[in-house]
Amino acid sequence: MNRRISMSDNATTFANEHTQSNRTAPEVSIVGLSVYYGNTAAITNATLTVPGGSLMALVGPSGCGKTSLLNCINRMNDTIADCRVEGRITIDDLDVQDPSVDVNLLRQRVGMVFQQPNPFPLSIAENIHFPLREHGVHRRAELDKRTMKVLNAVGLWDEVKDRLRSSALSLSGGQQQRLCIARALALEPEVLLLDEPCSALDPLATEQIERLIEDLKQQYTLLMVTHNLAQARRVADHVTVCWIDENCGCVVESGSRESIFINSDHPVTKAYCRGDKG
Amino acid sequence: MTIDRRDYGGFVLCSVAGITVIVPLVWMILALAQSGLPGLEWEFLVAAPSQSGRAGGIGPMIVSTALILGVCLAAIIPVGLGTSLYLSQYVSSTSPQASWLGYSLDVLAGTPSIVFALFGYQFFAITLGLGFSILAGGLTLACMTLPLMVRTSEQALRAVPLELHQAGEALALSRPGMIWHVLLPAAMPGIVAGTILSIGRALAETAVLLFTAGYVMRLPGSLLDSGRALSVHIFDMAMNVPGGMPVASRTALVLLTLVILINIGVRRMLLHHKRIYYEQTN
Amino acid sequence: MSRQRNEFWLYFTLASAAGLAGLLLIPVVLLLILESLPLLAPAALWESLTSAAWHPRAGEFGLLAMMVASLLISALALALAAPLGILYAVWLNLYLPRRWTNRLRPLQELLAGIPSVVYGLWGLVVLVPMINSYAPPGASLLAAVLVLALMILPFSALVTDAALQAPIRHRMSAAQALAVSRWGTFRRVLWPEARATIIGGIVLQFGRALGETLAVVMVAGNVVQFPGSLFDPVRTLTANIALEMSYATGTHHTALFLSGLVLMLITLILMFQINRRGVAI
Repeated sequence: MNRRISMSDNATTFANEHTQSNRTAPEVSIVGLSVYYGNTAAITNATLTVPGGSLMALVGPSGCGKTSLLNCINRMNDTIADCRVEGRITIDDLDVQDPSVDVNLLRQRVGMVFQQPNPFPLSIAENIHFPLREHGVHRRAELDKRTMKVLNAVGLWDEVKDRLRSSALSLSGGQQQRLCIARALALEPEVLLLDEPCSALDPLATEQIERLIEDLKQQYTLLMVTHNLAQARRVADHVTVCWIDENCGCVVESGSRESIFINSDHPVTKAYCRGDKG
Repeated sequence: MTIDRRDYGGFVLCSVAGITVIVPLVWMILALAQSGLPGLEWEFLVAAPSQSGRAGGIGPMIVSTALILGVCLAAIIPVGLGTSLYLSQYVSSTSPQASWLGYSLDVLAGTPSIVFALFGYQFFAITLGLGFSILAGGLTLACMTLPLMVRTSEQALRAVPLELHQAGEALALSRPGMIWHVLLPAAMPGIVAGTILSIGRALAETAVLLFTAGYVMRLPGSLLDSGRALSVHIFDMAMNVPGGMPVASRTALVLLTLVILINIGVRRMLLHHKRIYYEQTN
Repeated sequence: MSRQRNEFWLYFTLASAAGLAGLLLIPVVLLLILESLPLLAPAALWESLTSAAWHPRAGEFGLLAMMVASLLISALALALAAPLGILYAVWLNLYLPRRWTNRLRPLQELLAGIPSVVYGLWGLVVLVPMINSYAPPGASLLAAVLVLALMILPFSALVTDAALQAPIRHRMSAAQALAVSRWGTFRRVLWPEARATIIGGIVLQFGRALGETLAVVMVAGNVVQFPGSLFDPVRTLTANIALEMSYATGTHHTALFLSGLVLMLITLILMFQINRRGVAI
């Protein structure tokens, strides 16, 4: 009981500091997005809007293009040969696809957490120092300060403050994932993309991460892909339901949590949420 | 943001390395082509050499090379395949037999070729009385390439999907039946690829053949006759025969072409095999 | 009944094959030792290993100069080829667009299969005359180092390339999402994981360089002496065996086998070192 409350407190402090810095989380808008790998379409004509400071859950069965969609937002798809993206993605006023956009800058503003925790084979502290250094922060004091801040935010600080130099790979799965989230937060993004962040973790770790995500909602815009409908019900403010139609992914319905889970009229949504399909 | 500037150093360093690697190698192949291409015709491949090899062709050499390879393969295919089957069927990978086999074959694989030249000469040519002969050469090459054959066959066998094993067991196939009807067909392309790789390795050997198969330029009459392999011919023409350079280059081109064909063949075969056996779930 | 007989014969055949393979090492090693026996007496052995005087007709069989030449050539070639090979693999995987990477990779494998005699030929025809015009006689330590380095390059690149694949698969996406520089990705993310495998592979190349015979014979000059400069002709242990085996008799013959034994021992030690670090070859 006690532990959960203190982690929540830490995150709130982090949030308060940030709210003081006057930054509001941006709105992410996706219009008519289609992603092709070679001649195969992964997802077509996806449209959804994520209001600032909220969490949008992307739900749906495997293979309906949710990850492809996510990868477009921070242009991770750029690295895949033969990948064609059509449609428009904007973060507030910024058109993500615009060729003049500096991808490195984009990825500082849009952080990503992956399904499998993937800390670097470095020490815990180095995992956070290294990306910071790559983005121009060199002073030791500043590095340490930011590291402590993000580790606090994810509730890891008390657990690891005495062994910051030990290998990140020695942490448990849940701790590693929290470290990865901290690492993403270190660059001070505005948008966070989470690709099934809990699916490789045990229930206890999942619970910790879910609480963390709840707290992050206050100053970030989050998009989370998840298979777990119950999880979506727990943490999401908005939900987008994806489906597979003729071997290709599509967006069936998108809206607030209530409108999807309770008030939906769409047959696919209703069946999926009841557990009849998918 | 200064991110791209961060990468200038690394980019320059690695590109220099890239160019430094590619340029000399391309230069080498071009120089070879320039020196050897003129005069490279069908006649060359079939005719016998004359004037100590400066004129004529390399027909007998090609035959000798083929015979030596034949002897080598006749030895390593049964022994190599047999060993890898034994390893995969009868012993666990942690048993002392498996460890010893792995260790001793690794040592053999790492042994310098000149040591095999010494061994082949002393053992096959002298002790066994084979003299300078195709047989001695082929058998020595077999000793050299056996580790490669065992390793690649073993990999190919191990890569056979579990589902096939299970299907065989469910049908209560006998072990010989299982091997013959299930495992070998599934692993065959990998095994063939390994065989071809061994051929490639054998083709490249010069020192060993110099001291076991000899360097007689005639067409060999039997396996006990001495014969000159392509690689030995290149060496002789380049080092011992004044004016032999063009022939050496030409022969080198032939050898190189063989190596390229082998390489492409292996690659194609492995790709095709993967498509049939391992991507059915797609 | 017949099924059991089949199984038995199968076992017998396969076990025989494996037995043959397993026993192969023994005659090789035994023969080397047996043929070197006369020189394995402590005094004679010491003499051979520490004297640089190789005058077979006078009964002097000092291997030292040749051992030094062998080790020097291999070490220098490795010093040249290893960093280049590693950086090349980094260039291939991190800096080149994917399309080019996939086209260049088969080239590496191809180059690794080129017979050493072809490298030697190129060295003889192109490199030696070039060096000769600058500092005769051309056939020298330098020529051997360069040709050997060229031979090892594709392998170093291949080994590094293979070793990088797993770390790339696991960690590249995280590095990309964080917009880390490519060099940074290599140094701090990929290298720590791949380091052991790469170093093991490179050490293996040293063994290969040490054992190289033909290319060296063709371009190294083959004079038994300690190299005073890069341009001096030298003779390696391997070249020595190749050049003199056909007419060596008696102690001369023994000395050649002894040098073969020495080579084998050095290779064994190298391989043992690699295995101890738990690196798969």
